Amino acid sequence: MSIYSRRERKIFVKAIISVIGVDQIGIIAEVSTLLAEKKVNILDISQTILDDYFTMTMLVELDSLEIPLEELKKELKQKGEKLGVSIKLQHEDIFRSMHRI
Amino acid sequence: MLNTYEIMETIRMLEEEKLDIRTVTMGISLSDCADSDGAKARENIYNKIVKYAGDLVKTAEEIELKYDIPIINKRISVTPISLVAAASEDLDYIEFAKTLDRAAKEVGVDFIGGFSALVHKGMTEADKKLIKSIPEALAQTERVCSSVNIGTTRAGLNMDAVAEMGEVVKKCADLTADNGGVAASKLVVFANAPEDNPFMAGAFHGVGEGECMINVGISGPGAVKAALTKVKGEPFDVVAETIKKTAFKITRMGQLVAKEASEMLGVTAGIVDLSLAPTPAVGDSVARILEEMGVEVAGAHGTTAALALLNDAVKKGGVMASSHVGGLSGAFIPVSEDAGMIEAVEKGALSLEKLEAMTAVCSVGLDMIAVPGKTTADTISAIIADEAAIGMVNHKTTAVRVIPVPGKDVGEEVVYGGLFGRAPIMKVSDYSSSDFIARGGRIPAPLQSLKN
Repeated sequence: MSIYSRRERKIFVKAIISVIGVDQIGIIAEVSTLLAEKKVNILDISQTILDDYFTMTMLVELDSLEIPLEELKKELKQKGEKLGVSIKLQHEDIFRSMHRI
Repeated sequence: MLNTYEIMETIRMLEEEKLDIRTVTMGISLSDCADSDGAKARENIYNKIVKYAGDLVKTAEEIELKYDIPIINKRISVTPISLVAAASEDLDYIEFAKTLDRAAKEVGVDFIGGFSALVHKGMTEADKKLIKSIPEALAQTERVCSSVNIGTTRAGLNMDAVAEMGEVVKKCADLTADNGGVAASKLVVFANAPEDNPFMAGAFHGVGEGECMINVGISGPGAVKAALTKVKGEPFDVVAETIKKTAFKITRMGQLVAKEASEMLGVTAGIVDLSLAPTPAVGDSVARILEEMGVEVAGAHGTTAALALLNDAVKKGGVMASSHVGGLSGAFIPVSEDAGMIEAVEKGALSLEKLEAMTAVCSVGLDMIAVPGKTTADTISAIIADEAAIGMVNHKTTAVRVIPVPGKDVGEEVVYGGLFGRAPIMKVSDYSSSDFIARGGRIPAPLQSLKN
C-alpha cells in the first residue's frame, strides 16, 4: 500500500520526524538506528531545547521505505513510548504549506 | 529546511489547540438520476452516490495518516432532492430520504445533505411535496440533513414558505420528542444559501456546481484563541493582524487537504470554507476568542464588535491562502456546539436577541439553539423571518436551526452528545407574531438587490 499519488512517487518523498520530550542519553542514536533499519534516509537533523523540552526535528526521505507508512509510524510511536518522548512523522508539505508562501 | 520553531508551531496547533479539518464534503450532482418511476430514480441515486463516494472515507483516512491531521467528518452533499424527485410521480419523498440514508451508511459518511428545496420566490409542486416530507424524512433517517432556502437578496422573502417552515420545524421536533427533538437539528432554514457549503446540516450541491466536487471546511478556534493570548492588552490593530496570520496558516492546511483529496479521488477541487467552526470540546470555542478580546462573557456589550473584527480578519487571512474560497466562510456561533456559548447562556449573559445581533456581522445565523417546546410554529416562523431579513438586507447568508424541545422549558437543557453538544433552553418572546405570519405573500427584494 502506498499513500502517495503517482505524480509524487517520481520525486523524493520527504517527511518531517519530530521528537519531543525530556532529554536523555541516546535519543538520537535510538531513533536513527530504527530509521536506518527501515531504510529511511536522514537528510537533515536539528536539535534544540524549546520550553525546557528536548526538541529534535529530522528531514527524512522515504523513497526506499519497504514497509507501509502506517507500520513505520507505529514503530516510531513504540520507540517514543520506550524512550518517554513523543515521535511523529508527517509529510513535509503540511509544514511547507503553512509556513511558506 | 524548515526551522524547528515553525515545525513546533504546527504540531502545537494540531495537538494542543485542536486544529483540525472539520469536514471533507463531496458534492455530487444527481440531476441525471431523475426518472418518472420513483423507484428507478432512487436506484440511480443510490448507485451514483456509492460509485462516486465509495473511496471518500478511505482517501480522507490516508490523508490523515500522511499529515497527521485529524479530519473529523466525511460528508456528502447532493443536488436538492426537490429537483431530482420532481420528475417522479411519487406523492411524497420520504423514500428518497431513506435512499440517501442507505447510501450514506454504505460509503461510511457521517451525514448526507441535500434533502432540500430552493423556494425563495415560489414553490413548485415538487418543492411542496419535499417540504411536507421533511419531518417524517428526518425522523425516519439517521444521517440525512435537510435545508430550505426561503429568501435571497435578489428575490426577497417568501413568507408563505416562512410560515410553513415554522410548522415543519415544530413537527420535526415533535416526531422525535423522545430524543430531544433531534430531527430539528438536521434542518436548516436559509436566506441566501450558498451552493458549495461543506458544513452540515445546510450542505447541498447547487445547480451551478459540477458533476462531482470536493469542498473542505476547516476549524481552528483554539489556534486563534491561543495566538491572541500572546497579544493580551494590545490594540485591535494587533488583534486583527494576529487573527489574519493564524487564519492564513489554518486555511493553508485546508487548501492542502482539498488539493490532495481532489487529486487522489480524481475529482474537481471546489472550495475551502474559511469558517471557524467550534466543537463542544474545551479549547475549541469561538466564544472564548471573543472573551480573549476583552468581553467578560460572550454576550456582554462589545461582543458584536469583537465578532465583526474576528469574522473579517479570518476572511482577510484566509482568502490569500486558498485558490477558491466559498461556502459560508465566517465565524460560526452555534450555541450547543460551543462550550463558551453554552456557559454564556447559562450565566444569563447571552440572549436570543444578542445572538440575532451577532448574526448580522458573521455567518451563519441562529444555529443549534434550543427553545421551549411550547414555542408556537408562528413564533418560529417569525424568528426565521427576522433572521432572513438580516441576510436579505446585508447580502449575506443567514440560517435558522432552532429546536423547540418537546416538554422542556427555560432553565432546563437538552443533551445531544457528540458534535451536537448540549443546549440550555433559551427564552423566546412571550408575545405573539401570529397575525404577522398569517399574512403570507412575499416581502419584496430590497433596493440593494438592484445592482445591474
